[in-house]
Amino acid sequence: MANAKEMKALVFGPVFANNPIALQVLGICSALAVTTKLDKALVMGVALTLVTAFSSMFISMIRNHIPSSVRIIVQMTIIASLVIVVDQILKAYAYNVAKELSVFVGLIITNCIVMGRAEAYAMKSPPLMSFLDGIGNGLGYTVLLVIVAVFRELLGSGTLLGVEILPLVSAGGWYLPNGLLLMPPSAFFIIGLLIWLLRTWRPEQQEKH
Amino acid sequence: MEHYLSLFVRAVFIDNLALSFFLGMCTFIAISKQIKTAFSLGVAVTVVLALSVPLNNIVFKQFLAPGALDWLGFPDTDLSFLGFIAYIGVIAGLVQVLEMFLDKYVPSLYNALGIFLPLITVNCAIFGGVAFMVERDYTLAESAVFGLGGGIGWTLAITVMAAVSEKLKYADVPVALRGLGSRFIMVGLMSLGFLSFSGVSL
Repeated sequence: MANAKEMKALVFGPVFANNPIALQVLGICSALAVTTKLDKALVMGVALTLVTAFSSMFISMIRNHIPSSVRIIVQMTIIASLVIVVDQILKAYAYNVAKELSVFVGLIITNCIVMGRAEAYAMKSPPLMSFLDGIGNGLGYTVLLVIVAVFRELLGSGTLLGVEILPLVSAGGWYLPNGLLLMPPSAFFIIGLLIWLLRTWRPEQQEKH
Repeated sequence: MEHYLSLFVRAVFIDNLALSFFLGMCTFIAISKQIKTAFSLGVAVTVVLALSVPLNNIVFKQFLAPGALDWLGFPDTDLSFLGFIAYIGVIAGLVQVLEMFLDKYVPSLYNALGIFLPLITVNCAIFGGVAFMVERDYTLAESAVFGLGGGIGWTLAITVMAAVSEKLKYADVPVALRGLGSRFIMVGLMSLGFLSFSGVSL
């Protein structure tokens, strides 16, 4: 059994040192579309973390019984079933957010983080470690999503989680919202700049060529 | 006819899967360094998208939609919650069949596209296209047009992106921004360009 230090590294390593989005280019597909509001980003982050953690755990449990020729299909089935569960729970208890997230909850199935962790880690590690690895990578994804969402919601609509922070001009305040931040391109710019910042802070992540 | 044409143009330019909905971004960012590979990948995505969207439309309308199993004598059954697992199964199966078919009958195309096909199963653009088709309640003909248009739009975006990257090789980018960071900014600028299409009224 692994020690506590190794477990801690599994959970917190992917947050900054080995962020799945900023370094491994995984899972950006859905990451950007759900960041116009902070609550959407939080729900999406939690959903993805749970799916990654549990799918890694289940796949790891049966890893010695999966023939390698059909492993992708087996992994897909497990992931898809978990996503269906998450989708049904969201529709039952958080209908408005589920409606706003629309197809992007379903897109967790094809999110490369889930598949990538299943393939790269869970297929060769014991269940508990795979579970923690899933939590860690989910956290890394959530942190990046939340940072982007804070910028976009605060500067784009002057609110955070729906609470007014910067009073808008249209409501008698002083802040003129920047409409660009609610549109798709701003998400790319913010992530690009974040990667720049992260790599200035941690030069070992820079690409040499 | 006009309706389909406007749906097509909308799918290619205005609702571009890659640049407006961020779909297929993983492959989009990773495999857009050379025009030739980017274009081949785009063609593969277009083919799979154009086939899998109508196919899943049939699956949804005939088996999963509320009341769809009327012909089997189950008028009250609603299997739409099984949607995700059914769509991904159809996509994975389709890709597998397509791969075997191309290998046997069109080896030249298989050599060009072969390595990309397995990747496509997990390409969010395909699954996203299917999910949009279900959400927007397209008919069979509409979904065929939407699938084809979405694929062409994606191909267009990734080819242009690859062309920009090839030129950018000679630029002196700040060290920490090299690679991934600069690619995000490039996609952002392209997306900004595509936003101008949203002014087109159809």
